[in-house]
Amino acid sequence: MPLENIVEQARQALGRRAGQSPEVPPPPRIRLPEMDAAARLRRFFEAFEKLSGKTHLAATREDACAYIEQVIAGRRAVASNAPLLRECGVTALASVRSGFTEREALRTECAGAEIGITGADYALADTGSLVLFSSAEEARMVSLLPPLHIAVIRRERILTGLDELFDTVPLPSDRSSSMVFITGPSRTADIEQILVRGVHGPGEIHVVVL
Amino acid sequence: MPHGPEHKFHETLANPKLQAAIYRATGRLVEHRREAVAPEMLPEYQELRAQANLLKKHTIDNLDYYLETFEANVVDHGGRVVYARDAAEAVGFLADLAKERGARLVVKSKSMTTEEIGLNDHLGARGFEVVETDLGEYIVQLAHQRPYHIVAPALHMTRYDVADLFERELGVANETGIEQQTRIAHDVLRQKFLAADIGVSGANFLVADSGAVVILENEGNIRLTTSAPKIHVAIAGIEKMIPRAQDLAVFLKLLARSATGQALGSYTSFLSGPRREGEIDGPDEFYVVLLDNGRTRILADREKRESLYCIRCGACLNHCPVYRKVGGHNYPWVYSGPIGAVLTPQYLGVTHEPWLPFASSLCGACAEVCPVKIDLPKLLLALRADVVDARAGTYHAPASAKRATWRGRVFTHIFSMDGRTERLAFRLWTFVMRHPRIYELFGMMLKDVLGDGSGGCIRSLPCFAARGPLAAWLSERDLAAPPSKNFRQLWRERRKAGVA
Repeated sequence: MPLENIVEQARQALGRRAGQSPEVPPPPRIRLPEMDAAARLRRFFEAFEKLSGKTHLAATREDACAYIEQVIAGRRAVASNAPLLRECGVTALASVRSGFTEREALRTECAGAEIGITGADYALADTGSLVLFSSAEEARMVSLLPPLHIAVIRRERILTGLDELFDTVPLPSDRSSSMVFITGPSRTADIEQILVRGVHGPGEIHVVVL
Repeated sequence: MPHGPEHKFHETLANPKLQAAIYRATGRLVEHRREAVAPEMLPEYQELRAQANLLKKHTIDNLDYYLETFEANVVDHGGRVVYARDAAEAVGFLADLAKERGARLVVKSKSMTTEEIGLNDHLGARGFEVVETDLGEYIVQLAHQRPYHIVAPALHMTRYDVADLFERELGVANETGIEQQTRIAHDVLRQKFLAADIGVSGANFLVADSGAVVILENEGNIRLTTSAPKIHVAIAGIEKMIPRAQDLAVFLKLLARSATGQALGSYTSFLSGPRREGEIDGPDEFYVVLLDNGRTRILADREKRESLYCIRCGACLNHCPVYRKVGGHNYPWVYSGPIGAVLTPQYLGVTHEPWLPFASSLCGACAEVCPVKIDLPKLLLALRADVVDARAGTYHAPASAKRATWRGRVFTHIFSMDGRTERLAFRLWTFVMRHPRIYELFGMMLKDVLGDGSGGCIRSLPCFAARGPLAAWLSERDLAAPPSKNFRQLWRERRKAGVA
């Protein structure tokens, strides 16, 4: 492939020399608002619910597990390998399968499951987003293939928004091959601009905050 | 003025259903955007625009450096960067890769860049099955059309069109419920995702310091395209670069709000390389195809370089009075609306579709809403100058003008102007505008010709002006007839009566 060509062509077009350092870039614009823990939680729940997500504030791990069990209601569910889910007892629930480490097996399971349960690395209060890094604990498919997604997150992981996220994690590529923000359910308005939820990803989404 | 393919325009303008669909859809997007960037929702909006413009300017001005940085970081994470000078090289790379890996089925997520290089047709012709997975794109693909709008590809189709299309192409029952139609597409496409060998995506941003591609969406088809198959190929124009992941704190706040009025799309994926050691899923191979296809040529043009700042939000289309009447398919290339009128002549050459930069009232709404502050009217004017320069001396009067009366000939000639005639016409105009008495005389003559109106409308012109831009203008509109007394007459009368 003519790799050097295009870079060289760009360089000539710009009147620059090989190895010439760039001009000083504008400094990053990161603004960190003051917001206490209670306000973050309130703001996050408001934004999440506005996107038609369901929220639950769990007083204890048992409470979190009970809520999830009630949402599952005996349906087939798959849980990620997040330690938090094990600690809450979610992986021990009768209809929940977990512990997958192999791609094909996990995918088959997710394609057949009605509910996917994951942790989340962060949540963003101002947009109601969940932030998930792909890892040995969190596979990409669990929050994607089943039509219903439940995420469990600790309260202290709620950040104010994008600015705080990129302040906390300035280089997401150092942590994982994939970082995804999930902001509400999968949706489309491609036919007559009528909103339909759950086109390729989950149409229903719950968050449990511990 | 050079003319475009008029018959198609007239078809669109004469189709009331289509007119209503375009107007409603763009109107809704305009409304949602306005709410999302209103000061009470996003007080920092103007500051973000200014910063986005600075960042894009800096990146484009130093693009060679950022391309190298980006490539080094992609390689660091186990991916590969492939440079493609044109469509043929980009398609060639993909076809070779698919052949080498024994791939047959390619799933694709929405990408204007892949539209630009005609990826689906080219790969299809080489025997690969390429399936669009965005619902709107899938519909457009089944109908063998191209996207009508950057963010709403099937904007021009109704649920009934979709019902007939699905019945014909998928062999399902004629289903007019939109939820059911979505379900049908979901079921077909889910099987494709699980069977696909290669996933091809575009990219909203290329992040130099991370070697990452960032892609926004609502449906989840991009997450599936980039994560389910063993190979992920992202195809992007070199201008999609931004310096740092931290700059996303600016761009992500602007893009979805400008496009659909959402704070963020349902899914924002930040992808850097194939799956890492220990990660359970994700692709084994990760490629980024960086496409030139004319971009370095635009880079060399200092005056119009800012065309490359575009982040493809579509806001300029929604706010454009021309787009809102003529829709997406009357633009000659994949990019429509004001940004299409700016990009198309630069990519394909100004002589290719010379009427395009003229298809604007220069109202400036596009520049007002552009999240990266591209001065679109300025670019359109610069391109008009390029068109006139390119045509100077090569103009031949149409045969019809030779048969017409002398008055018709003058009219036709003035309004199908080449460089020389245009200069002459404007010299005449300048003279008239500088001499009030002559101006008034012309005004009175025009009134005599057009007739004395009393609140009425002019629907057609006298024969001598039955050609040229005024006639074209009147074919779709009515002109208010001139009042019985003009401003100067009223002014004089009132002065005489001692009112003023």
